[in-house]
Amino acid sequence: MAKLTFKEELCKGCGLCVNACPKGILALAKNRLNGKGHAPVELTDPDACIGCASCAIMCPDCVIKVER
Amino acid sequence: MIVFDKPKSLTDAVFHYCPGCTHGIVHRLVAESIDELGIEGRTIGIAPVGCSVLAYNYFACDMIEAAHGRAPAVATGVKRALPDRIVFSYQGDGDLASIGMCETVSTAARGENITIIFINNAIYGMTGGQMAPTSLIGQVTQTSPYGRDPKTQGYPIRICELLATLDGPEYLARVTVNSVPHVRQAKKAIKKAFQNQIEGKGFSLVEVVSSCPTNWGVTPLEAMKWIDEKMIPQYPLGVYRDRSEEASR
Repeated sequence: MAKLTFKEELCKGCGLCVNACPKGILALAKNRLNGKGHAPVELTDPDACIGCASCAIMCPDCVIKVER
Repeated sequence: MIVFDKPKSLTDAVFHYCPGCTHGIVHRLVAESIDELGIEGRTIGIAPVGCSVLAYNYFACDMIEAAHGRAPAVATGVKRALPDRIVFSYQGDGDLASIGMCETVSTAARGENITIIFINNAIYGMTGGQMAPTSLIGQVTQTSPYGRDPKTQGYPIRICELLATLDGPEYLARVTVNSVPHVRQAKKAIKKAFQNQIEGKGFSLVEVVSSCPTNWGVTPLEAMKWIDEKMIPQYPLGVYRDRSEEASR
C-alpha cells in the first residue's frame, strides 16, 4: 500500500501536485494555513493512492515523501 | 520501500523561491543526478546572480558565488586547477544570456569540460520582472510595458541554437519541467550533462525552459500552460548537439 508523508511546513500551496495527481486525490486545505501562511496540500483519499510519485516529481519544494 | 524523497545533495535549507517556481524542481534534478552518479564528495557548484543567487545555501556540495554572468569563467578556473572535480554552474537567463553572454560563448567555444544548467524563464525574476534577452515578442514586462517590440528591443535569443553554431560544445539540450514526463526527460538530460564531464567529453549545457508565475502575473498552474503555449513555440525542446550520439551513427 502506498503512503505519502507531507513536510507540511515546507508547502507553499502552489497546487502543482494537485494538478499532477492521476487519481485526483490531492487538494489544498480549505480551512487552515501552515506556519508560512499557505494552504497546505492534503490527501483526500489515502486508500486510493497508487504511489506513482507524480505529485512529488512536480513539487518544487520536496514536500512529499512517497513509500510503497 | 521509499519511492521518492528529498535527495541527499540538497541541504535542509528551505527554498526562498516563490510558490510554484520551477527552480526548486531543477535544483532537485541536479541534486538527484549528483547522488546517482556518486560524485557528491567531489562536486563544486558555481552560483549565479539572479533569483538562484542563494543556490549555494541549497546544494550540499562546495559552492562558489560568481560575479554576475561570470560563472562559466569561474567554473573554467576551478576545473583547470582541479581537473578531478566535477564542476557545474547554475545560471538564469539574465545571468547567462545577457551580462554573461561573452563568458558563455567563450567557454562553449573553448569546449571546457564543465556542466552548465541554464534556467530560461524569459524574464528577470529577482529584480522584479524586467525584460530579458530571452523575453518573447509582445511579452509585457516592467521595461516593455507595451509588449516587447522587435523594432526597438530586438528579438529573443535562442541560446542552444546559438551555441550549436560553435564546434566546442559536446552536448546542448533544451528541456522543460512543466509536466511529469517533461521532468523525467529533463532529469535524463541533466544527468547526461554530468556524465559527459565525468567521462571528460567536454562542454555540456542543458537549457531548462522554466516559469516565473510571480513576474509573468499568472498562477503556478497557468504558468505551466504558458510554457506550452508561448515558450515552447519560441524555444523548441530537443537535443541541439550530442557528439557521442553523432559518433555512434
